[in-house]
Amino acid sequence: MASKTLQDLAAIREKMQRIVGLRGGDEAAAAAAAEAIDPGRINIMICAGTGCTASMSGAVSAAFTEEIEKAGLTDVKVVKTGCFGLCAMGPIVVVYPDASFYCQVKAEDVAEIVQEHIVGGHPVKRLLYDEDAGTEDAGKHKSMSDTSFYRKQMRVALRNCGLINPENIDEYIAYDGYKALGKVLTEMSPDEVIETVLASGIRGRGGAGFPTGMKWKFASGARGEVQKYVCCNADEGDPGAFMDRSVLEGDPHVVLEAMAIAGYAIGADKGYIYVRAEYPIAVQRLSIALAQAHEYGLIGQNIFGTDFSFDVEIKLGAGAFVCGEETALMTSIEGHRGEPRPRPPFPAVKGLFESPTILNNVETYANIPRIILNGAEWYSSIGTEKSKGTKVFALGGKIENIGLVEVPMGTTLREIVEEIGGGIPGGHEFKAAQTGGPSGGCIPASHLDTPIDYDNLVAIGSMMGSGGLIVMDETTCMVDIARFFLEFTVDESCGKCTPCRVGNRRMLEILEKIAQGKASIEDLDKLDSLASYIKANSLCGLGQTAPNPVLSTIRYFRPEYEAHILEKRCPAGVCKALLTYKVDAEKCKGCTLCAKKCPAEAISGAVKEAHTIDIDKCIKCGVCMDNCKFDAISRS
Amino acid sequence: MKRISTVPFTGTAEQEQALKNWLAEHKQQRGAAMPALQKAQEIYGYLPLEVQKMVAEALDKPLAEIYGITTFYSWFALSPKGQNDINVCLGTACYVKGSGAIFEKLEKKLGVKDGETTEDGKFSLNAVRCIGACGLAPVLKVNEDVYGRLTGDEKELDEILAKY
Repeated sequence: MASKTLQDLAAIREKMQRIVGLRGGDEAAAAAAAEAIDPGRINIMICAGTGCTASMSGAVSAAFTEEIEKAGLTDVKVVKTGCFGLCAMGPIVVVYPDASFYCQVKAEDVAEIVQEHIVGGHPVKRLLYDEDAGTEDAGKHKSMSDTSFYRKQMRVALRNCGLINPENIDEYIAYDGYKALGKVLTEMSPDEVIETVLASGIRGRGGAGFPTGMKWKFASGARGEVQKYVCCNADEGDPGAFMDRSVLEGDPHVVLEAMAIAGYAIGADKGYIYVRAEYPIAVQRLSIALAQAHEYGLIGQNIFGTDFSFDVEIKLGAGAFVCGEETALMTSIEGHRGEPRPRPPFPAVKGLFESPTILNNVETYANIPRIILNGAEWYSSIGTEKSKGTKVFALGGKIENIGLVEVPMGTTLREIVEEIGGGIPGGHEFKAAQTGGPSGGCIPASHLDTPIDYDNLVAIGSMMGSGGLIVMDETTCMVDIARFFLEFTVDESCGKCTPCRVGNRRMLEILEKIAQGKASIEDLDKLDSLASYIKANSLCGLGQTAPNPVLSTIRYFRPEYEAHILEKRCPAGVCKALLTYKVDAEKCKGCTLCAKKCPAEAISGAVKEAHTIDIDKCIKCGVCMDNCKFDAISRS
Repeated sequence: MKRISTVPFTGTAEQEQALKNWLAEHKQQRGAAMPALQKAQEIYGYLPLEVQKMVAEALDKPLAEIYGITTFYSWFALSPKGQNDINVCLGTACYVKGSGAIFEKLEKKLGVKDGETTEDGKFSLNAVRCIGACGLAPVLKVNEDVYGRLTGDEKELDEILAKY
């Protein structure tokens, strides 16, 4: 199909003006758009991302559609969107034009919202998000942008998530979608595009932080003479990280547009998106977006009537963490076991199918159209000296506001954890924040005021990684966490090189010894020397960074390791082999329940008399403690 | 370590035809092995040796190469799944909230280990990495049903299992 022209796009934007106006855009411009599509009086935005879908947002949107129909309201639209970020409070519902922010909405609540708010004009207060709940300020209901969760955020990569229907290309176009692609194809030379990306200072958001413009420049030689490829890494493998998934679910077109821009810049006519098969919603939205872009001719032959043609193919990953490494990802697209290849040659010279290839991750691409439209100077004014722009973090673990946040580089960890994240629940204390997943490290409280950027995180023994940020409190054992990550890398090591395949296994064995109280203090030195060897000699990033969780926990939490080794004690009460269970004779009523439940027959005692646990027989399963109705059993 | 299933192969002629049609249409595509195996798993539910042989022959590749691929990627299942597929999230966000203990309890309850199916074929149990519902951690999924904010309480797990 012939491509839409720039005028066609402008006409679509004009037509959509009032929708933009309703959702908080320029009202005057919206009012002036006489021919515009009527957006209705009210738009009800419901998150249909993975997190809220798991909290049954599907039933909520079905209920809204039903109630609105029942009430005979023809001027109200229900829109399924991507992620708003506050996943812990899902399902999230936002009602425009007044931007009422409802959280934890259940299907049963919908009739009330429709009657009171949509028909009656009075928001249902008990269901509005109230960050001050339980304090003096309860019930004040700040506007969304004034809440602690959103106040310090700056949404660039996530700007359309929650604002548009990701399955409607016109809504993307309404918010300046494909405008950047139009601009580069009609106003800029490929070299100017690369210069702009270079000048913006953006660095790869996949983990290592290599300057994106540099990558493009390396691959830009001999345009038009050789086959080249543009790849997108959407194989988000870090457990507990979901930044890329949210972009794909909430704003899939941005990735397609940016890949086409990259294709124009380096002279490639074909792109591949390598996405996890475990992300069914993301894959589906991406497929819909691609079909729509094809239909509009914005991906395909002679885009905007220029000489430039670009097509994209979606490739499904199959659950291998190593495929997040660029050469392994390409080997996998080629249809083989996803094993990495030695570099050099770098992919910019010899990548996919032995052709020059660039690979960027989803979040990197999500920034590109904005950089083109707003200029390199705008982008480089955000962030720190060496890390420009914003970064999306998936905030998880022992924190109140679990969810997705996007902040300018240079924001401190304290701001993210205490203000945006709302602190640690249950009166517990912050112990460490883990960034960079299995390649990163644990950052202790003493570094909470470090401004987050690529270089600062490396300096304190962690790394940016793709953006997973897991908060831990005093009930998390650092030895156990190091063991958890190493178990992961051992499992995911592809086996191609020996330092990673064998070395990490040896490290894991030592950690298991420590967790069982069977290690000696020399084992810590062994871990240290093994770690340096693995880092220096592994073939790819997986092995080179695998020891980081161990090294950083030893660096900051050495006393905890020593407690396991010297005192045979797990201060956090996690490592099973080091726990002992005891019955408090005062509290025990002699109900015999624990003795009946104990699988090892380690508990004895007469009816109505205090029981005792035989330490030698106890297998430390904790069943007695779980079942005791009188809190008489304690663990130490 | 993945082991090839010893359960007798019960593929039907329709399934075979569906796979062959797909293979005939796509075998020229570059890097066809992965999508072919994904399609095969969609049709059969898992990838027994018989199916892997079909793929190998159609793509004119040694079976060893195809087997190498199926054992490399965790998405490919070499044994049939149970009627109900339990996936416990062991991503970091769930792990720090105690999903490791929940997984162990389920292993004991069902008498199977990670990746195995109960003898009656009713449940299969898997440890998975991040299903993306970190806001509800710790989380487990039975088929498409998500159960979040688990306490790991014995009764809670029994109640979930009793629904199937």
